[in-house]
Amino acid sequence: MDLDFAIEHLPRLLKAAKLTIELTLLSLFFGIFVGVFFAILRTGNSKVLYYISYYYSYIFRGTPLLVQIFIIYFGLAQLEWIRESFLWVFLKEPYSCAILAFTLNTGAYSSEIFRSAFETINKGIIEAAEGLGLSKLNTFFKIKLPIAIRQSLPAYGNEMILMLKGTSLASTVTLLDLTGVAKHIISTTFRPVEVFIVAGSIYLLMTFVIHNVIKLLEKKYNYT
Amino acid sequence: MKNKFKLFLSSIAALMILFSSVKADSIRIGTEGAYPPWNAKDESGKLIGFEVELANWLCIYMKADCTLVEQDWDGMIPGLIMRKYDAIMAGMSITDERMKTINFSQGYADEVASLAVMKGSSLEGMDTPKAINLSTGGGAAKKALKTLTAALAGKTIGVQTATIHQNFLESGDVGSVKIRTYKTQDEVNLDLAAGRIDAALAAAVAFTDYAEKSGKPVVLVGPTFSGGAFGNGVGVGIRKDDAALLKKFNAAINQARKNGKISELAIKWFGFDASM
Repeated sequence: MDLDFAIEHLPRLLKAAKLTIELTLLSLFFGIFVGVFFAILRTGNSKVLYYISYYYSYIFRGTPLLVQIFIIYFGLAQLEWIRESFLWVFLKEPYSCAILAFTLNTGAYSSEIFRSAFETINKGIIEAAEGLGLSKLNTFFKIKLPIAIRQSLPAYGNEMILMLKGTSLASTVTLLDLTGVAKHIISTTFRPVEVFIVAGSIYLLMTFVIHNVIKLLEKKYNYT
Repeated sequence: MKNKFKLFLSSIAALMILFSSVKADSIRIGTEGAYPPWNAKDESGKLIGFEVELANWLCIYMKADCTLVEQDWDGMIPGLIMRKYDAIMAGMSITDERMKTINFSQGYADEVASLAVMKGSSLEGMDTPKAINLSTGGGAAKKALKTLTAALAGKTIGVQTATIHQNFLESGDVGSVKIRTYKTQDEVNLDLAAGRIDAALAAAVAFTDYAEKSGKPVVLVGPTFSGGAFGNGVGVGIRKDDAALLKKFNAAINQARKNGKISELAIKWFGFDASM
């Protein structure tokens, strides 16, 4: 392990980590909405909506993220009608393709996390809310959602970490994220050990931050 | 308990000896299997291509027991250094940059690079010579590079990562184009056909092969490139401390050139004689 060599390339890797953070945060942000949306469909009364949500989560959790990102990036680009439609503005760029793939993937996992959180809410609490005359909307936003968020925090923290690491696949669609730049440096210096150790440490640092944020939130929203 | 542990250790030692007893004349050759027509895979996953057949011939001549090892392109040289294989035959051009890390045999084939675009591109019909050599081209090459710089300004160009083609684009010889790097040449071709990139740069034969097999209207534009960042032909990559193997390969390549085997294989796979 050549420390000087590692330090020399650290700035470039840190700069690339910015894109990794960006991809992670954007995907998680959109993913929460997708996740909550499909979790509501799953816990609602409609059979059709239930199955739509069920199969969405089934497909995206049942296939590798790499395959999903390849289908969205390389696969869709093969279809002429997609290239001629307005969607192409969006799908032409590797950046938006990566965000789309990551959002749909994390959305599927989050929907399962939120669904189980909704399902564990004590019936008595809902009944109490109804008894107090709260409207359905109010019950959802003021009672169900806060409890569900608290319930899902540990599992969701896990999902955030998985997503962070998942963004390394952005390098397969030409994006120069942390992994992409690490590979690039290796391909010109032929020294994988140092570069991967530095890149790995940066990932570890980011995971450390997520881990502690979740821990703090868990403490803050400890209702029990 | 102690005895069991000893037995365990000795059986591990025995296994290690068993697996490390590599015969002196066995050579592992690393190749990518994704750069047709140099090296590729057929439908059944078998390695085929110019270099696969050449490697077989060289091995027979060297009386060596060879195995071809598949390796992703971006890990090709690290894999050699880490002894995953003993030689590289993967359309790898001999460049000064790579020579800092590994040795090369004498070149066995010439690789000329070219830009490719989809038919109808505004880059078609550039006014450049047919071929330029960056080492010996002098004024004509400089003039051609100027024309290219003007034509390529603001364009996005796709290349396979860690290639001479990427090095060339990054050298600034054609100005500051937007470079997009891909893991394999297949992916470069896909994005060229999809219109995500304005042009691509690779071995000319990689594009003609793709155009022929896919039926996509991919056309070569501008001059073909050689010399300079493009290196001096394709050779066998060998570890620096492996002088004996280097000598063997050089002798075998000499023989293959003399008896016309390289020309024969080149015509079979490239359609023209790329031997050197």
